[in-house]
Amino acid sequence: MALLHTVNKSPFESNTFDACLGLAKSGSTVLLIEDGVYAATTGNSVADKIKNAAGINFCVLGPDLQARGVEEKLAEGIKVVDYEGFVDLVAEHDAVQAWL
Amino acid sequence: MAKKFMYINRKAPYGTVYALESLEVVLIGAAFDQDVSLAFIGDGVYQLTKGQNTKAIGQKNFSPVYMALGDYDVNKIYVEKESLEERGLSLEDLQHLVWEDEDNDYEEKDSIRLVSRAELTDVLDEQEVILSF
Repeated sequence: MALLHTVNKSPFESNTFDACLGLAKSGSTVLLIEDGVYAATTGNSVADKIKNAAGINFCVLGPDLQARGVEEKLAEGIKVVDYEGFVDLVAEHDAVQAWL
Repeated sequence: MAKKFMYINRKAPYGTVYALESLEVVLIGAAFDQDVSLAFIGDGVYQLTKGQNTKAIGQKNFSPVYMALGDYDVNKIYVEKESLEERGLSLEDLQHLVWEDEDNDYEEKDSIRLVSRAELTDVLDEQEVILSF
């Protein structure tokens, strides 16, 4: 049983990302979308949270990174997916938890 | 009589409509010859990043409009230093916004003023009308 978690809020303006990490089990996937993609950028005050979340697969939606001009700031170890990749992730996991 | 208008921008672009709405109201205010300042704090600093490409999300890329603000005499753009640093950003990551000084042979000058939180406190204190987005 593996869940796909989606986070669409900025980690700097909401505790949604923290709430997700608190309940995401090892082996699950966290997909960062919309304003959530800022959590996938490097050199900021939340970067360590992804580094320290062992066993969780992190993905980020490429179109949302590009829209915000932060594609070059992407932290290591985070997989970039497009909308088709998003659909694949949903199909590969048993259920989706959208953290709003 | 012109009043000192301050627009405070605290939201990232595209995820919500605040950034675009603010920009539209700023342009309206400028058309009425008011003394306009903009402040970008918190996630608002993300509105000014360069290289925004919204093609794949199907939304309008309004970031080029910030480049035009100088032509509307909107040339006091305050960016909070602490907010940039918390997000791993520097001025290099933002668009280079300029205006032409008609009193000085149309010399191109920087519109962005990088200020500390303490300095921004004083700028806010001078305002007559404050609009928050």
